Amino acid sequence: MAQHLLLGDEALAQGAIDAGLSGCYAYPGTPSTEIMEYFQGSADASERGIHRQWSSNEKVAMEEALGMSYAGKRAMVCMKHVGLNVAADGFVNAAITGTNGGLIVTVADDPSMHSSQNEQDSRFYAQFAMIPCLEPSSQQEAYDMAGYAFALSEQQQLPIMMRLCTRLSHSRADVRTAASKSEQNGLRPPDAATRRFVLLPAIAKRNYDALCAKQDTLVASSEASPFNRYEDGADKSVGIIVCGIAYNYLQEAFGGKCPHPVLKLSQYPLPKKQLAQLMASCQSVMVLEDGMPFVEQMLRGPLGNDRILGRLSGELPRTGELNPRLVAKAFQLELPAVPALSPLVKIRPPRLCDGCPHINTYEALGEALKDFADAKVFGDIGCYTLGALPPYNAISSCVDMGASITMAKGAADAGVYPAIAIIGDSTFTHSGMTGLLDAVWENSPITVMILDNGTTGMTGGQDSMGTGRMAEICAGIGVSRDHIREFVPLPKNHAVNVQIIREEAAYRGLSVIIARRECVQTLRKKKR
Amino acid sequence: MKHDIVLAGVGGQGILTIAAIIGEAAVRQGLHVKQSEVHGMAQRGGAVLAHLRLSSEPIHSDLIAAGGADVVLAVEPMEALRQAESLSPRGVILANARPVRNIGDYPELDDILAALRAFPLNVVIDAEQMAQDAGNARAMNMVMLGAVSPFLEFPDDLLATTISDTFARKGPEVIAVNLKAFAAGREAGLAVKR
Repeated sequence: MAQHLLLGDEALAQGAIDAGLSGCYAYPGTPSTEIMEYFQGSADASERGIHRQWSSNEKVAMEEALGMSYAGKRAMVCMKHVGLNVAADGFVNAAITGTNGGLIVTVADDPSMHSSQNEQDSRFYAQFAMIPCLEPSSQQEAYDMAGYAFALSEQQQLPIMMRLCTRLSHSRADVRTAASKSEQNGLRPPDAATRRFVLLPAIAKRNYDALCAKQDTLVASSEASPFNRYEDGADKSVGIIVCGIAYNYLQEAFGGKCPHPVLKLSQYPLPKKQLAQLMASCQSVMVLEDGMPFVEQMLRGPLGNDRILGRLSGELPRTGELNPRLVAKAFQLELPAVPALSPLVKIRPPRLCDGCPHINTYEALGEALKDFADAKVFGDIGCYTLGALPPYNAISSCVDMGASITMAKGAADAGVYPAIAIIGDSTFTHSGMTGLLDAVWENSPITVMILDNGTTGMTGGQDSMGTGRMAEICAGIGVSRDHIREFVPLPKNHAVNVQIIREEAAYRGLSVIIARRECVQTLRKKKR
Repeated sequence: MKHDIVLAGVGGQGILTIAAIIGEAAVRQGLHVKQSEVHGMAQRGGAVLAHLRLSSEPIHSDLIAAGGADVVLAVEPMEALRQAESLSPRGVILANARPVRNIGDYPELDDILAALRAFPLNVVIDAEQMAQDAGNARAMNMVMLGAVSPFLEFPDDLLATTISDTFARKGPEVIAVNLKAFAAGREAGLAVKR
């Protein structure tokens, strides 16, 4: 047994390696990125020949992982919570086909939206797809759960969701790893007679009935889970249901001596037996969960229930992540005084790095659009979203991966002119290309600016599948070569760049401008 | 023993290097460690912080409750003040006095330094200058690590050994500069601790 200081993301990755993983598929997204990065840097993973390349987007990654599972091997797919929206089609239907080799769908939620546009809670997705969900309360559990999840997946022939939250993903702790590693599964695709991966309606109906019939078994599995635990307490005025890492905040608040009965919850669906015991023995029940009030809402029901306390009853804030102080406050425990923030302290928002190519692009764009009073600029997800802040104030929207091109097209359809889309190279190949195809079909009067910095910058510089091939991709999709323009965003090229943007904004058809210069961060890393 | 440390700075200043060395030293001591970090968008020049907890007993929470930190260690003065609410009344606040002025309304530096020096236990030093004197301004982190070292219950040589091992790949000169920076910081910390 060895001891390592690992992030929650890394502990899960090492657990998966030790449990016989054959391949990981992922698109980078905070706070999930470090899982794949760990595989890529791991000598263990290299030695064992584990697949560990980035995918173009989460849907692609989900399906690649399902393909590996189909072939009989253990696979994992990783994404941030909003990535599951992209992967949802494959995800939900993987529950209908079922799996062959063990399949873990790791989703890292970001309550408090540290690096995200919402705080959606992936447990709803697991419930929706009717599959088990594991939610580690510690880095050690993240490690231990990997092997457990693969075994459960193979036993139930279902994908297993592994739900992480930012504070677990991005927190290090000492983790004990197993002395021996499991062998990888051999290649063993289902035999030809097995039709369950063919979701024709007749087969899908049969599969869906089987999935529904499995639900009682999944509840029984939760009741027997080593990760769910009923801890009795003398003070039954209130019982506590505590999900995932909230367990640590509860222990912290009570100094490890909680006087109330506690149901520690780390495997869903809800374990009926323990839940019934808590509900029967306690006057009221406090639910501590990071993310949305998922368990609390189920227990309250649509008509409300005064016995159920938590985010919806006001004992805890409705939004944002939990912490030890909020939990202590919910139980009216004594808290140390906290001084007010000094008025000297000013907000320090993130900003584009010194020397960032996006700065020069935004400066050129700002000047070019002075001639177009009605111009609207639709942004996308990446470092360049920071162009929404002063001094640029350059973009009017940022919604989801790829939405710059499609929203610009919809706005142009409605009569907005000029409509400009700003999108990074990695985001473009993730979800921008299909929208561009629509714009080609209709020759929509929009100008798409692809900021090609040769990497997935915001998440720390991961490989991007289309790097350096933006012009070819756009031409292949059907954009006229005459209106695929390229420039290098540097101060010395400012006047030329302004002119290019002006010309294409004035053109009443589809144009693409590629602003190409490497991210200063990846450049610095290479020089090290 | 137990140390709850809040580290603060501006994205890109490398507070995680300090956290990693203390964390590694703690693991070598057989201590329990939890270290919550900031990754993602905020790393782009925004305010960043990390929570580092070391204890001989198992640690529950990854986060330090506000008002509970034994140490606030900041590599930028305004960021030190931002995290002051974390500090326990008996805690020590350490700050590099050299500001990162990447916002338009950065306050008067003297006001910030005065506010920091008003804390009962404070170490406010020009760590960048001290690092430069040691041979490289980029060793500023090691000056701050040295400054906090007297407040941590570690054996005398443990942090220095861990620094040497951390920078082993970069050669003896880099190690020497970092150790010199560490020693200069440690003097400054000891002057307050005494």
